[in-house]
Amino acid sequence: MGARDRIFGWVYVSPLLLVLVPFFVAPLLVVITASFLESDGFGGLIATPTLGNYVDIFTSLLTFNLYLETIKFTALTWFFSLIIGFWVAYFLVFHVRSPLLGIGFWTSNIIRMISWIPLLGKEGLINMSLIKAGVVHEPLEFLLFSSFSVVVAYVHQLTIFMVVPIFNAMARIDKRVVEAALDAGASRFDIVRLIVLPLSKNGIALGSIFVVSIVMGDFFVIKVMSGGGSASVVGALYEDVGVLQYPSAAASAVLLTIVVTLLVTAILRTVDVRKEIAR
Amino acid sequence: MTAADHAVRPGAVSKAMVAHAIAPRAGGRPWTFYVLLTVFVLYVLALYGPMICIYILSFQDVRGGLVFPIKGFSLHWFVDLFTQVRTGDVKGSFDRSVKLAAIVTVITVVVSFLAGMAFRRRFRGDGIVFYLMIGSLVAPGLVLSIGVGLLMHFIGVEGRWYTTAVGAQLSWTLPFGVLVMFAVMSRFDRAWEEAAYDLGATRWQAIRLVVIPILAPGIVAVALFGFTLSYDEFARTLQTAGSLNTLPLEIWTITLNVTSPSLYALGTITTIVSFTIIVACLGSIALMQKRRASRVPAY
Repeated sequence: MGARDRIFGWVYVSPLLLVLVPFFVAPLLVVITASFLESDGFGGLIATPTLGNYVDIFTSLLTFNLYLETIKFTALTWFFSLIIGFWVAYFLVFHVRSPLLGIGFWTSNIIRMISWIPLLGKEGLINMSLIKAGVVHEPLEFLLFSSFSVVVAYVHQLTIFMVVPIFNAMARIDKRVVEAALDAGASRFDIVRLIVLPLSKNGIALGSIFVVSIVMGDFFVIKVMSGGGSASVVGALYEDVGVLQYPSAAASAVLLTIVVTLLVTAILRTVDVRKEIAR
Repeated sequence: MTAADHAVRPGAVSKAMVAHAIAPRAGGRPWTFYVLLTVFVLYVLALYGPMICIYILSFQDVRGGLVFPIKGFSLHWFVDLFTQVRTGDVKGSFDRSVKLAAIVTVITVVVSFLAGMAFRRRFRGDGIVFYLMIGSLVAPGLVLSIGVGLLMHFIGVEGRWYTTAVGAQLSWTLPFGVLVMFAVMSRFDRAWEEAAYDLGATRWQAIRLVVIPILAPGIVAVALFGFTLSYDEFARTLQTAGSLNTLPLEIWTITLNVTSPSLYALGTITTIVSFTIIVACLGSIALMQKRRASRVPAY
């Protein structure tokens, strides 16, 4: 059975590879190659190897600022989506009878983002209510088209990516373990800290990978919700593509891919995600 | 509990037991329950509240603006959406997106199922395939999009929404689909499949008559994932769809040009579509479980 099974393993994953090789491996190699070439200024590439694109990136203060800004948003989004996601998953697993996750995506992410405008805008619901209640006299400006609204939009879109894997991990916790701890005199806080948290670690890691990689690779949430006030790594990259500067876009794409890979590897090192999902 | 039920949710514990485990004292619910309930309700409100606002605002009449209060009631902005030039080709892009999502869904379901079957056992090189998949999942969408765009340029292929965009989207939906498949298959008892072999089933018969029926609800879940992820995909489609836009690309253009409740009308329409699909999927899962429960004798 052994050798037969091994061959069947490869037969079964071959369709997956037929997608991943041309649409993941090959484009990545093309981007890496392009990052070492020169641009002819009209969207074409000149086949003279150069390190110039990388020198430009690493000597520019702009790169540093872009990464700082993007990592700031990534960290904030990760933090809030983790806190909310953990407790929502906890509630669903331990307090709700049938965990019917009817939480779909409902509509396009772009529309979901725009849906904050009638709430957070200068004449939005929140500002109007605050003025009516006499809490403030002038509308609060920081609510929309600011770093605040960027984080709100990210957390709004991405918390679900935390909830699902954490829910999945928590649902597998043997309830008898919790009961045993209660019988042994553990408080609810102890149970969360010593049992639930360690046993849902893998779900947290998986959710973190989703959130971190999505925020790092995003550019339209930040563009729309900051009102142009904040830039992002991918936003700058997209502008390069817009003016057909493929080699410099490719170089920053390679750098970004390396940074995201390092972040994901760091998360993966804390847990064995593969064991968690394939067990 | 039926055997099938058991297969799908081995972690399912009776409500009484959970309540007992968490709230053993005094019979009532602990105060933490109410705190968590509040968190949950706030989350759901924040998740859907803003969207409900735009659904309401989309039904204003011609005087309507982007913010409250509501001015009148009509379908003006829905008509506007499909008749105005500045809103672009909404109908066409909508049509393309649904077809594209349907293609991507079918391929995602089949390929994820097969990959899930493969990963149940270790095989030489499985780690490489796994990390390729994770890589494809976390790679910034626009980076891959640019890569595919350049690649097409080199080999002289024109991008089309039904060819290159399908592949680019699959590089995103497949890792998700396979991960969901892992979770589904981890609850599948291999003994059932082996019993089928012992009774003389061929490999194909075992898959068709035993594996697929038992995993059916999970497979529908993969389909639902595939459809919603594709229908909403933006970054990977951006450089690969060719000259004709998909709906998210069209919406992106519209947001840059239009600031009227037409945008909200678009939100209402896309939600109705997603809703129909979600209800259809969940309904078919429920139906399957019901039929199964009536067929398998309880023990």
